[in-house]
Amino acid sequence: MDRLLNVITIFSLLLIGLVLSSVRRAHIRVEYSVSWLLAALVLLLLSRWRTLLEWIAAALGVGGSPLALLMLAGAVFLVVLYRFSLIISRLKDSNIALAQRVAILEFHLESLDEKTKAIAGD
Amino acid sequence: MKLLILIPAYNEEAAVGGVVEEVRAVMPEVPILVVDDCSEDATAHVARQAAAQVLPLPHHLGLGGCVQAGYRLAFELGYEYVIRVDGDGQHDARDIPRILEALEREGCEMVIGSRFLNGAGQHTGFLRAAGIVFFRAMLRPILGKPVHDPTSGYVGVNRTALALFSRSFPLEYPEIEALVVLQRKRFRFVEVPCRMRPRRAGRSTITAIKSLYYMVHVLLGVFINVLKFEGRRK
Repeated sequence: MDRLLNVITIFSLLLIGLVLSSVRRAHIRVEYSVSWLLAALVLLLLSRWRTLLEWIAAALGVGGSPLALLMLAGAVFLVVLYRFSLIISRLKDSNIALAQRVAILEFHLESLDEKTKAIAGD
Repeated sequence: MKLLILIPAYNEEAAVGGVVEEVRAVMPEVPILVVDDCSEDATAHVARQAAAQVLPLPHHLGLGGCVQAGYRLAFELGYEYVIRVDGDGQHDARDIPRILEALEREGCEMVIGSRFLNGAGQHTGFLRAAGIVFFRAMLRPILGKPVHDPTSGYVGVNRTALALFSRSFPLEYPEIEALVVLQRKRFRFVEVPCRMRPRRAGRSTITAIKSLYYMVHVLLGVFINVLKFEGRRK
């Protein structure tokens, strides 16, 4: 049990360090780092606060704290993944609309260019 | 009457020139727009050589995004009708007048060129044929009327549908979902018999491996659209 909690603690600290480092290097935007930092902090808190973990395990009706911790870790990362699915979907929609708009504007520009050339040639 | 022929194309350099020429032979006065979905080959160049107008997309959007780009441009340019003809040469351009005539006569929002009306049912592989039978049965209660060829891309739309599809159009495998989108808005469609041929060149975007993904994707898309169902036209 203690070993698992220690591993989770180290993992959480590594995740926090990695995310902060990525933000500092501008590899991740601040607004998208919040989900990961929150997830890592929740895991860190649970791995260090055994009383809370045991209370949650009892409330969930699962046999032991390790199982409760793994369940919570899974749930936390599912929420993070869901949030990023929302963001990716919105970005994809914007990207498609933008690509279509660029193509249409280029089309109009080319048409205008041809008309200008035709008028200049008259 | 302002009609535009819309040809979505992705890596169709071997076929698209012939398609443009065939369409022009049937409808010499009608403008032809090839939407090039960022092909890796010379599709856009071949289309320009054939004297079609070309809308080149800056990156690959997939069939739905490609068709919608054409619909958006057509709507902005004020076209009353748009008929989509695939760039692979499967659609026989001689059927364009029939689709246009149905759009004008019926006053419906969409006309589907069907390969299964009048007993015809050419050039369909086993998997696709099985999928069509499945989707026919699934769509019958949703649409409130039978649709014989729900996966046909040979479709004509009027300006009302053009306005709708410019704003909202399924982005992958759009044909079946587009029918549900139309139904949700209480728009009408009719089918007219059309001839279809084997593709002239290139490969279909729907391979055997993708068929399962296609089924799941379309089912999910239809399900989501039915959840937004706003009623059926009486």
